[in-house]
Amino acid sequence: MCDGKCLDLIFAATESEASAGIAQLSKCLETQGLPPHKASDVKIALAEAINNVVEHAYADVTPAKVQVRCRLHKNWLEILIADTGNPLPGFRVPDGVPAPLGSTIQGLPEGGFGWFLIHELTSDIRYEHSEGCNRLSLRFDFPESP
Amino acid sequence: MALTSTTTDATQIIKVQADRIDASMAIQFKEDMRNEAEGGATRVVLDLTSVEFIDSSGLGAIVASMKQLGNDRRLDLAGLHPFVEKVFRLTRMDTVFKLYPTLDDALSATAD
Repeated sequence: MCDGKCLDLIFAATESEASAGIAQLSKCLETQGLPPHKASDVKIALAEAINNVVEHAYADVTPAKVQVRCRLHKNWLEILIADTGNPLPGFRVPDGVPAPLGSTIQGLPEGGFGWFLIHELTSDIRYEHSEGCNRLSLRFDFPESP
Repeated sequence: MALTSTTTDATQIIKVQADRIDASMAIQFKEDMRNEAEGGATRVVLDLTSVEFIDSSGLGAIVASMKQLGNDRRLDLAGLHPFVEKVFRLTRMDTVFKLYPTLDDALSATAD
């Protein structure tokens, strides 16, 4: 038994499975009581973190599974994302510096926003790599409104 | 990725007939936008009324779509769902694109 409401999902690390998985998790979290004002933050960060696994952790290796475990408490949500792909560069969470917008249309960045968004929307990020497994934990605090 | 296009006066309206633009469809979206917008009006309005979710890959695909229009044409966005608007705001892309709450707002802004 886990503390708080638990939600587990395992899916293959493909773009289409990830897309369906993200939609399903977000919907279930809302049903289970994630405050509506927090739902969009969670969905954005969750999508970016899962997309990173599909696009980077499993780049150049045979894609396996992505395991997502959500624990929803009264005032916080923890999402643990595990995969068996490549570790994050330097075994650490990237800084998430946003790509500069530049001064011309043609110079606009078309990517590089993922980690920036995750940092921006989460309360805490933890990462560990052990026994060939990446474990990324995202925490979202939602203290009660005064 | 279903896109439909109509042209009124000097504006081409391209409507996204999907509820999301995410990593699984970003490349297709960019390609479809290229085909749909080819040879169209100077101003293109992308109608996002149906889109409830976008991730950074989808955002990148919209940026790419604007780039591939070249320097003589422009891409404005209309009908942004609060969720979609938030992604644009967080990444400061709201300073790059003209965003209109509804398609009507975008079309009535053609006069200025």
